[in-house]
Order: sequence, then C-alpha cells, then structure tokens
Amino acid sequence: MDFAFSEEQELLRASVRDYLRDRYGDERVVALAESDAGWDPSSWRELVDMGWLDPSLGLLEHAVIAEESAYALLPAPWFSTVALASPLLDEKLHEQPVSVGLGGVVSATPDGLTGNVALIPDLAAVTHVIVRADDDALYAVETSPDVVVARSTMDRTRRLGELRLDRTPARRLDVPVSALTDVRRRALALAACEAVGVAQRALDLAAAHTKTREQFGRVIGTYQAVSHRVADIFVALQLGRSLAYWAAWAVSENDPQADVAVSAAKAAATEGAVLACEYAIQAHGGIGFTYEHVLHRYYKRAQWLEAFEGYGREHRAVVAAAILDSEGAVA
Amino acid sequence: MDFRDTPDEAEFRAGLRQWLTATLPAGWADRTPSPGRWDEAFTRDWTRKLYDAGYVGLTWPKEYGGGGAPHTYQGIYLEETARVGAPDHIGVIGLGMAGPTIIAWGSDEQKKRFLPPLLAGEEVWCQGFSEPGSGSDLAGARTRAELDGDEWVVNGQKVWSSYAHIADWCILVVRTDPAASKHAGLSYLLVDMHAPGVEVRPLRQITGDPEFNEVFFTDVRVPRDSMLGQPGDGWNVAMTTLLHERGTLGFALTAALERQVLNLVKLARESGADDPVIRDQIAQQWIDLQALRFTNYRSLTALQKTGVPGPEGSVAKLHWSETNQRLTKLALSLQGLASQLDGDGAVWDGFWQYQQLRSRGNTIEAGTSEVLRNIIAERVVGLPRSR
Repeated sequence: MDFAFSEEQELLRASVRDYLRDRYGDERVVALAESDAGWDPSSWRELVDMGWLDPSLGLLEHAVIAEESAYALLPAPWFSTVALASPLLDEKLHEQPVSVGLGGVVSATPDGLTGNVALIPDLAAVTHVIVRADDDALYAVETSPDVVVARSTMDRTRRLGELRLDRTPARRLDVPVSALTDVRRRALALAACEAVGVAQRALDLAAAHTKTREQFGRVIGTYQAVSHRVADIFVALQLGRSLAYWAAWAVSENDPQADVAVSAAKAAATEGAVLACEYAIQAHGGIGFTYEHVLHRYYKRAQWLEAFEGYGREHRAVVAAAILDSEGAVA
Repeated sequence: MDFRDTPDEAEFRAGLRQWLTATLPAGWADRTPSPGRWDEAFTRDWTRKLYDAGYVGLTWPKEYGGGGAPHTYQGIYLEETARVGAPDHIGVIGLGMAGPTIIAWGSDEQKKRFLPPLLAGEEVWCQGFSEPGSGSDLAGARTRAELDGDEWVVNGQKVWSSYAHIADWCILVVRTDPAASKHAGLSYLLVDMHAPGVEVRPLRQITGDPEFNEVFFTDVRVPRDSMLGQPGDGWNVAMTTLLHERGTLGFALTAALERQVLNLVKLARESGADDPVIRDQIAQQWIDLQALRFTNYRSLTALQKTGVPGPEGSVAKLHWSETNQRLTKLALSLQGLASQLDGDGAVWDGFWQYQQLRSRGNTIEAGTSEVLRNIIAERVVGLPRSR
C-alpha cells in the first residue's frame, strides 16, 4: 500500500505550480475572466509546449495538473480537452482545444448533423466539439460562430455554451460510443481533483485573512468561532483530497471499484469545495462578499463542479445501489 | 501510488483470514450484533489465542516481543478483524498507549518487566490522566505525588478511566512539584492498581453501563523508580502517549466505522431500503467511511516515508466521531417509534440504542472535538493560539 504521488509526479506538480504562479496571478485571471473571450487563446501553445496535453501523461498526472490549475483558477479549456475529450482524440485533433457534449444526441443525415446540445463546457473557447449522433457514432464538429451560442455562466472562467447544428458538416470519429463511459469516469475523477484545488485555495485565503485581520483588539483567528470553521475547511479539504486521489488511481488502474470511487469522490470533494468557499467567505466578512475579492470566483467554480455531471445526491444514488442492491456488497 | 497489497501483505492477510475463520466461534461473522455485556472471560481467552498466534504487537520491535512488521500489517489486522467483528485484545490501553510510551521512555528493566505480560494480556493497563477538575486541560492535573524516602505517596482522583476495574497497572499523571509551572510540575508514574489505597468506582454512563471508572488514590505508595522519564518530564511523556493514541488510532477508527457501516447496510436491507432519502444518507455514511480510510492511508504513507504522520491524520478522530454519531442516529430513524425500545422486543435486542447513546461520548473522549479543532487550526493551519 502506497498512497503518495511518485517523485516524477511531484516534480510535475512543482513545475505546474511555478508556471501558474508566474503567469496566472489573481490579477490576470480576473482580467481574463472579465474579458469577452474569457481566456487568452494565444496561451494554449504554452500549455502544449509544457506537455500538459502530452498523450504519455496518465490520469494521475492529469489529477496533479487539474488540482493545481483549479488552485490558480486557470482560465483555459484544458479541463474540457483533457478531462472530457482526451480519450476520443485522434491525430487530427491532437493538441487542439476540444470539448465534448455529453448532454444530448443529434441526428445524423447524409448532409451533416442536425440538433442541439446544451450546456457544453468551454464551447466558445474550443476549436472542436465532439457529439454523439443517433447512428451510434461520435462526430467532431468545428465550433464556428454560427453553431455556437455562448451562455452567460456564473463561473466566468468556465463558461457553458449551446451547440446548434443544422445539417452541419462533421467528421465521424473512429471511436465507439462506449468510450463515453470512460470519458465520464475520467471527468468525474478530475472534477473531484479540481475541487480539491479550489478548497485548498479557499483554505489558504481563509488562513491568511484570519491570521492578520484584527477586531476587538485581537487577531480574529484567535476566536474559536472563527478558527473552528477554518479547521472545518481543512477537514473537508483533506477528506475530499483522499477520495479524489483514490478515484483517480482507481480509474487509472481500471479497479473494480472505479465507478463507486468516482461517484464518492465527485460528491464529497465538490460539496467539500463549496463548503470551504462558503466558510472562507464568512471568515472574510464583508470583503469576502465583494466582487473585487477573488473568493467568489472560486465559489462559483466550486458550484460549477458540484453541478457538473450530477449533484451529490445523484452520485450517492449510485453508491447506494452498489452497497444496498447487489449481493456482494461493496465495502 | 498503489493501494493493493504487496505479495507479503496479501499472504499475511490470507493467513489471518483463515485463522479468524478457524478460531472464531462458528457463524460469528454473520451473527446479528447485540448489545450484550462485555464478556471478560471470553475476551481473556480470545486475547490468549491472538497472542499465541503472533497477532499481538505486530509492529512493535522484535526485542520486546513484537512482530517488527511495517504499520500496514497492523492496518490489515484491523481491517480483517473488523470485517468479521472479532473481539478486541483485552489490553486496549496497554497496546495503544502504555506500551508505546514505555518503549519510548522506559528503562531496559521497565521494558523487560512490563512489555511481555502486556502483550500476552496477562496484565491489563488503564489510564489515569483526566481528573474531575482537568479534562481537556491535562496540565491542570492536581493528583499529588510526594517523595517519602524511596517511595512516592500518591493522593488524588482520576476519572473516565476505561478498564480500571480490571486493570493491574495504571499510567498516572501526577503533580510532583507544586511550585513549578503548570506543565513542568508533572511526572508520569506506573502504578500498581492492586496497591493499598487504590479504590475503583464504576461510573454509569448515558447508556446505563459502567464502562468508565473513577479511581481514588489515598496514600498509595509507589516505588521511586516506577516512573517514566524524570520528575518533571510528565507532560512530555504524556504527549508521547497521546501521540500514539491519535497516531495508531486511524486504522482502529476505520475498522470500527467499517463494522458500523456493514451493520447499517444489514439493518437497511432488513427494513427494505427503498426510501431515496434514506438511501442517500446511507451512501453518505459509506462515503464518509472511505474518506476516513484513505485519509488514514495518506497519513500512514507519510509516516512510512518521512517518519512523521501526515497532517491530514489530525482529521481522523474528529471525522470518525461525528460520522459515527450521524450513522447511529440514522440507524435509529430506520426503526420508527420502535427505536425507543432498548430491551426485549427492540431491534437487534437494543444494539443500535446502545450504539447511538454511546456515540455521544465519541466527540468527548480522547480529545474533545473542540480540542481537536484547536489543534488543527493552530498546529496544522497555523492560526494564532486561542488562549
């Protein structure tokens, strides 16, 4: 039993962290979030050059990058490309920003694809989107402005969009539809890892504030009504982190418990991140409630992750079925 | 990262599983749990079997009768014994607290004298830390020990002492220097519970059962060298004890919660388990169990790689206690008004009623949740001290 990342994985974490600290400070992230595009498309090349899209990376390496990039709130379609699209990508889509529409099926006709798919992550930021058609095949569609409707999204660093296809040309992929099962498992595991990064940032912000802010002549971190909530953020963070890493490992090893692991991790880590942000906002008082402070952006990402591919109760229903309805109960 | 057993671990697990099946009474693992009174004779007999089979002190140094195995072996032991609900060794306090502290602080003579009978279960230990006037505030202990010739004379009262009524020895925190500062005036004695002047009175708890005791010391004479460390070392020695209590606790808590979740699933299946709200809550208990398990694994991996348990280990007891409280209340809520029965006619003869009431102690014993949150906030997150 060894529950730690390898030395190479820790080196990767350090390099990802350094890059993000260097290039994506809060100020730049906020500026990008408030821009029309929501990100800097010219930065995609940097991510590619650093190897973040390297096919040799496994899910544990992706877990490290997801956690760190969420800590920095990196505004770029890396999550969509790696957490969603990567098992479906072929040579032609290699190193492109790509998303996947999991929420619908379009119809395939000889003159193209027709139909709408709503709520696709990063749709306006990617060059291609992969959708499922009613002929039981997956297709790649170019995201030209006439098929993309950007939706105003609370989390401005990860916006949702609707795809509207009307006899739109598309390229059939040589990947079976069943690959979407793997896509979803990976996405749940990596969403949990992102939630860990969000919760860690919420903890760091809450700790920094409560160590220095004074009221009634004392640093507020000395008040247990404040410090115990900060402790609760730490608890939620650590529990979520343990589950998220377990899920990433289980998926990467195709472990028999992978499906319950990703549901358990997704539910707990994202709910933990939401709680972490809420407690951090409370610990900040009025400043934590302002648009100027960066915290609300993490809070919105946490909520985005919580809502993505099923709120906690949907995942607990999966877990409940596994432990209550099958004979060889999962324990 | 790899959660699977190594070949050696797998072999140990298989051997243990086989041994448990062969040694526990027939049908033991599938029995419906009941709140039956703790059976001392049965526990002593079981302890002897565990000891003879080499399953006691798995990770202790070989020179003191231990197995010298890595911590994972103790983890496997606890997982497997929890899975079948096997009884505990009788020396819970000795194995978890007194023994590791004697290994860390004891003289060679003390180690030779105390460790073998502790492992064999021939001598049972209890803990004399809390007092009526000092619970969480251990450094406020007022039980006095005064030197008279070659003996300490102990006077005072301890409380919440599990197993004291059957204990042969006590790890006792006493004040030996009333003039010194709060922490520096403490010392750590090993006290014979059969000595004249030691009186044990059971305390009935919220469950009605006497699990804890009050222990009164009236002019109890203790040999001068029956001490761990020097006079004034008491606080540091006691911290070793508590470190071990909290350090090795993760596996034990995971095992206890695993057993409880299995019981909950069994109960839910008996009552249908079709209400989606109930199913949601049961799933949450299972998730909380896995979170505890893997958090403990992370802490343990850090311990094996660096010699120090990871900071995430500090959440284990806090998380376990609050989860066990939620879980046992959920189990009662599955029973409707019958949840109020606790004897004849109660579900599982009142097992859950006992468990639910007992769980209220979980957030108080071995560090209250308030103290644990202080520790996390101050020592782990680094907030300023609250007092």
